[in-house]
Amino acid sequence: MPDSLTKFIFGRLTWESLPLHEPIVVATFVAVALGGIALLGVITYFKLWGYLWREWFTSVDHKKIGIMYMVLGLVMLLRGFSDAVMMRLQQAIAFNGSEGYLNSHHYDQIFTAHGVIMIFFVAMPFVTGLMNFVVPLQIGARDVSFPFLNNFSFWMTVGGAILVMASLFVGEFARTGWLAYPPLSGIGYSPDVGVDYYIWALQVAGVGTTLSGINLICTIIKMRAPGMTMMRMPVFTWTSLCTNVLIVASFPVLTAVLSLLALDRYVGTNFFTNDFGGNPMMYVNLIWIWGHPEVYILILPLFGVFSEVTSTFSGKRLFGYTSMVYATVVITILSYLVWLHHFFTMGSGASVNSFFGITTMIISIPTGAKIFNWLFTMYRGRIRFELPMMWTVAFMLTFVVGGMTGVLLAVPPADFVLHNSLFLIAHFHNVIIGGVLFGLFAGIAYWWPKAFGFKLDPFWGKVSFWCWVAGFWFAFTPLYILGLMGVTRRMRVFDDPSLQIWFVIAAFGAVLIACGIAAFLIQIFVSIRRREALADPTGDPWDGRTLEWSTSSPPPAYNFAFTPIVRDNDAWFDMKKAGYIRPLSGFKPIHMPSNTGTGVILAAFSVALGFGLIWYIWWLAALSFVCLIATAIGHTFNYHRDFHIPAAVVAETEEARTTLLVAQG
Amino acid sequence: MAITAGTEPVFHLEEEHAHAEGGSTMLGFWLYLMSDCLIFAMLFAAYGVLGGNYAAGPAPKDLFDLDLVAVNTTMLLFSSITYGFAMLTMDKGRVAATQGWLAVTGLFGLAFLSIELYEFAHMIHEGATPQRSAFLSSFFTLVGTHGLHVTFGIVWLVTLMVQVARFGLIKANRRRLMCLSMFWHFLDVVWIGVFTFVYLMGMLR
Repeated sequence: MPDSLTKFIFGRLTWESLPLHEPIVVATFVAVALGGIALLGVITYFKLWGYLWREWFTSVDHKKIGIMYMVLGLVMLLRGFSDAVMMRLQQAIAFNGSEGYLNSHHYDQIFTAHGVIMIFFVAMPFVTGLMNFVVPLQIGARDVSFPFLNNFSFWMTVGGAILVMASLFVGEFARTGWLAYPPLSGIGYSPDVGVDYYIWALQVAGVGTTLSGINLICTIIKMRAPGMTMMRMPVFTWTSLCTNVLIVASFPVLTAVLSLLALDRYVGTNFFTNDFGGNPMMYVNLIWIWGHPEVYILILPLFGVFSEVTSTFSGKRLFGYTSMVYATVVITILSYLVWLHHFFTMGSGASVNSFFGITTMIISIPTGAKIFNWLFTMYRGRIRFELPMMWTVAFMLTFVVGGMTGVLLAVPPADFVLHNSLFLIAHFHNVIIGGVLFGLFAGIAYWWPKAFGFKLDPFWGKVSFWCWVAGFWFAFTPLYILGLMGVTRRMRVFDDPSLQIWFVIAAFGAVLIACGIAAFLIQIFVSIRRREALADPTGDPWDGRTLEWSTSSPPPAYNFAFTPIVRDNDAWFDMKKAGYIRPLSGFKPIHMPSNTGTGVILAAFSVALGFGLIWYIWWLAALSFVCLIATAIGHTFNYHRDFHIPAAVVAETEEARTTLLVAQG
Repeated sequence: MAITAGTEPVFHLEEEHAHAEGGSTMLGFWLYLMSDCLIFAMLFAAYGVLGGNYAAGPAPKDLFDLDLVAVNTTMLLFSSITYGFAMLTMDKGRVAATQGWLAVTGLFGLAFLSIELYEFAHMIHEGATPQRSAFLSSFFTLVGTHGLHVTFGIVWLVTLMVQVARFGLIKANRRRLMCLSMFWHFLDVVWIGVFTFVYLMGMLR
């Protein structure tokens, strides 16, 4: 085949693009391929494709989409955590002249991929999944405002994840750190496909995230059950609202700044170049204008989870509901006024640095108010130390330390010393693991029975809990110490042998966390095996307080047979207290959205478009773009997007639940 | 939803609680527009930072033809007015008139795009390419992104005209026309920002 034709068909994709010279990657590929073939084989053998396609992939049911988000987050957690373990191992052995086992080309990809995956494809799907599943149930709605958009958003997130995963085996990922600062990420210093994978993976996923943000805001504003005023919304719904406002108000910034970087790389513009008037620091400013709100996007919903859990397991109304709401809103606003603290060393002068240092410290006030509210909720409560509550207590202890080191870093002179050091790494892992991840585990343990109708096995949950908490402290306390000694981040080899012991301790912590993850997976497996024994037919296993506990577990497709009327905060608790009796007759047909495969198709074209752009396969990019637009337009010609669940079916479903409840006594 | 003390508590609605179809669409579309607005805000900010970095290349005074831009602005403003007429006739349920005004709107949009492309071609011909300086990079990106939005607006407009022709001014189509209306006027507002900050103030630099 003539060279030009090959180039036309495959762009810059060649056999050399496959990392066959990296034995670790090849071994990983073999393992993933075998596992993948086994999985596909099992699905085919049990003839599950049709079921998966009809009941899950094309589903517009917010509960199923929420669960799929959680599965995505879990799968990507395993990938992101493998990267973490590889880094810990490398840093533990690369002393005394040893190069370790990772070359710099591979190591730099690993720390970039770890950050990108953990934030965009683990934390974000987990948080979005939780909000998707819980919010409509908490506000007494049947679904979200735009059910099709919800499905589409999910698949776009998957599309981004697919591109990141593809970079492991076809080509390479960025070697720039997780925010890809130029000029390093410019075409001059990163001419390969790594940064392009980064850009298009995040752009594809970013579309999904923005749209799901819009969707959930509309849902919370427009779909609340009658009587649920804003100040009667459950705190998780409030924090979700604030998070989605942050999403809509910050992800477009990421889209814009990555587009500018893409223009620099593809067209040769001069936004962030060193010459022709470009300004690399503008990139750093713009990306942190997204980046700082992003950390609050991650943590706020979990603050909501802790509020629900503390109140439920203390058997008390949440202390200081109003202050909790205002604290959340204040954090939402302040999160836009602190971005410069990520680069005090830029040299913008004392006044500017002081302003951003002070706004950063101010955030600790509403956050502290929340901690006190949780403590006062527990005060004189009848606390049940079930798994969600254990995670919550661990969070409070851990997160406070992370918050305090954050305030330390907010002092500009201190930051000049600690900037880019392992102290910073320890700080943000302290708040992300101690806050976001602990919160997710609390949320998963709390709402699992709602999603599946049986509780999670407490024994393996506790094993996972102790491994995680102990592992976290073993892994990150050494990093605090090393950071104070001046060790910078992203190092591959070390000269000073006296540092090694700390890295060995950190690696031990990573092993403990690995046990925690393993125990979590075992917990899920064991719970599914023991689902009869762990079953909860009541739908209200924790003596819950909010509306999601008023319906069955798992909830029917329509969530509520009748739309509830809300008379107070903690609506379900109020209903139970006022002598609520489940209605047994008078069911009406229920109006529901229909499933559609369009979201999957659009996301598939987006992945093809991204792949074409990454490898300069222009025909593929152009073709998939045209297909994308054509499919989207074609979809608008479908005016029949809903159906009615007949009253008889509703009656039948409710009757089945009645039988179950009666059998239970 | 009468909840008064002393009566039996009411826990749920007897009738199916109808969230009107598309009841959230306007709010959702507004939110989308605001997110889009942020993208433009970023591009304006980039232009604000880089707009003076000519890198010894051409400056706005060497490049901009205010007369041409004035004509262009007029095209876009007229298109907004005619879209307004389309909405008025839509409210009266007159299909043919609505389609007519939509067509006029689309033609004005096309005129705007043609003039813009002519301007771009002229500048590139003079050597003022997006690669020449950071000023030109940010100029082409800001104005070009607006132009891309207008292009998509026209594609959308044609799609809606086909749908109105096939299905008439049904509720769903009215809702869609309303969304496009907001989009179209939004682009007008953005253009006024471009005209002021890029062209007028560029001439003052």
